[in-house]
Amino acid sequence: MAIVMSEDIAIDLVGKLDQFDFAAKFSTPATGVTAIYGPSGCGKTTLLRAMAGLTRLNGSVKLGRTIWQDDPQFIPVYQRRLGYVFQDAHLFPHLSVRGNLLFCRAKKAKQQVGWHQKLDFDVVIDMLGLGPLLARMPFHLSGGERQRVAIGRALLSKPEIVLMDEPLAALDKKARFEILPYLELLRDQLRLPIFYISHDMDEVEQLASHLVLMEKGKVVANGRLTDLQTDLSLPLARNRNASVDLYGEIANFDKANGLYEIVVAGNTIIVPANFKLKNQHVRLRIDASDCSLAVERPQKTSILNILEGEIIDFLQLNGAEIIAVINIGSKKSPARLVVRLSHYSWKKLDLHTGDKAYVLIKGIAILTQQ
Amino acid sequence: MLSPQTWSAIALTLELAFTTTLSLMVVGTPIALWLARQQSGYREIVASIIAIPLVLPPTVLGFYLLVILGPNGAGGFFAPWFGLTQFAFTFQGLVIGSIIYSLPFVVQPLRDAFEVIGSWPSEVASTLRASPWQTFWRVKLPLARPGFLSAAILGFAHTVGEFGVVQMIGGNLPDKTAVISTTIMTYVEADQVGEANRLSLIMIVFSFLIILIVRILEKRMKWRLS
Repeated sequence: MAIVMSEDIAIDLVGKLDQFDFAAKFSTPATGVTAIYGPSGCGKTTLLRAMAGLTRLNGSVKLGRTIWQDDPQFIPVYQRRLGYVFQDAHLFPHLSVRGNLLFCRAKKAKQQVGWHQKLDFDVVIDMLGLGPLLARMPFHLSGGERQRVAIGRALLSKPEIVLMDEPLAALDKKARFEILPYLELLRDQLRLPIFYISHDMDEVEQLASHLVLMEKGKVVANGRLTDLQTDLSLPLARNRNASVDLYGEIANFDKANGLYEIVVAGNTIIVPANFKLKNQHVRLRIDASDCSLAVERPQKTSILNILEGEIIDFLQLNGAEIIAVINIGSKKSPARLVVRLSHYSWKKLDLHTGDKAYVLIKGIAILTQQ
Repeated sequence: MLSPQTWSAIALTLELAFTTTLSLMVVGTPIALWLARQQSGYREIVASIIAIPLVLPPTVLGFYLLVILGPNGAGGFFAPWFGLTQFAFTFQGLVIGSIIYSLPFVVQPLRDAFEVIGSWPSEVASTLRASPWQTFWRVKLPLARPGFLSAAILGFAHTVGEFGVVQMIGGNLPDKTAVISTTIMTYVEADQVGEANRLSLIMIVFSFLIILIVRILEKRMKWRLS
């Protein structure tokens, strides 16, 4: 049983839904982005609405020492310091962009600490690029602009947590790419916990550090994203697009060749990049299908990264393919990769759990600073 | 051009209509809000009771109101609070009768407006720390404004146009309870056709304008929420 820290967000909610019984019990750290992931209709929105108090379920909702619900205690929505971003922007049609942004007239909390201090009108306008929109009416905005205003409106209510219910789902692809960088900016610049619903794994991997997996009204897994990505009992690793997010630190930049040397769990990984990274800390993504295995270190190859590791788990996906989990870190601080290879190769190389193997990595994506 | 009696009827009608409309807004809004939000089976029962005056002969309503508001009715108990011995044959009695008679014309457009708006504006407002009271004034009321306007106009117009109820409760007493509709009948009975004609023409123009304005407002309500 995990120890619940007093700063953690702790949820324990039960209720009845149309299709099934709803039961969600988990706790997550009150920092970074917690993604709530699962198929449509699995109760993600119900969970978020119940956290906000928009839907009333039985149980408890606690943000560290702040208790929003602990039956029979129930704080009404308008007394909870939260920001909610709905799937549709839901801007008030009778108010201008400025009127929408300034709708919340809640007084600042007595002690303004950390990011709350910084989060005044000008900062939010600047961060989300809302300046040119202020005088316009919502009717005249594009979908992406509306959602940006909705995010700004939620932030200006000076929340302790932001709840986002698939804020990109109603947008077209172009608007999605327009908004995503803003969400990353929020995550990186504000020390503000964000709960983020999505049914798109790419989005989750781009944004989240923590993941809550839901299925049919139940939480089936909850943990750090990297841990769940390499858990073969969960659908993520079995997915065709299985990949792993790793955190690293830039050790060196070879300007002449355009290569970053990034240290991940004691390994130096080399990543070619034609752009300048601002932050020392980076997040890398490595796809299972971009990795292959070798029992001996290959010589003379174009592949930059060949890492030594130990096979700690594997699963036969179908007749033809195997997915294997390799630990490239130490036993104490593991760093796991997932590798997809053919059943034929697995047999030919005579691989087993516990064997040493070399992971050949063909492609690595640098996501963002974290 | 118009006789003093006609002017008195017009003034009294306007006073009655304004008082009634104002009261209807106060009474009708919470009822409409409740009806728009309620899911239970009570909803249609309450809505039906409010709608009864739509189909009831006005004389039936007037008759029972006369019984209730007369000195021996329940209304007789409250009358002293207003410095009266009874409500029947008084201006206050006309107001009470008009409120009941015109209530469905105010509740229906308000209920429609609140239902069209839906629940999301209130939910969004609540996540932005607005209390239910603030939400009403800052979100629901401005969004439902065309609905309020058409409710007010319909309530006003219907009060101006009623006959049976005011005849029964008011008794058509000149300068006290004689409104336009009952005064027209007085003129006709007294063979003053010219005076009846002038007053009737005014009413035709008035009615046309009311209908026109309500139609324009309904268009704007749809546009506002699209």
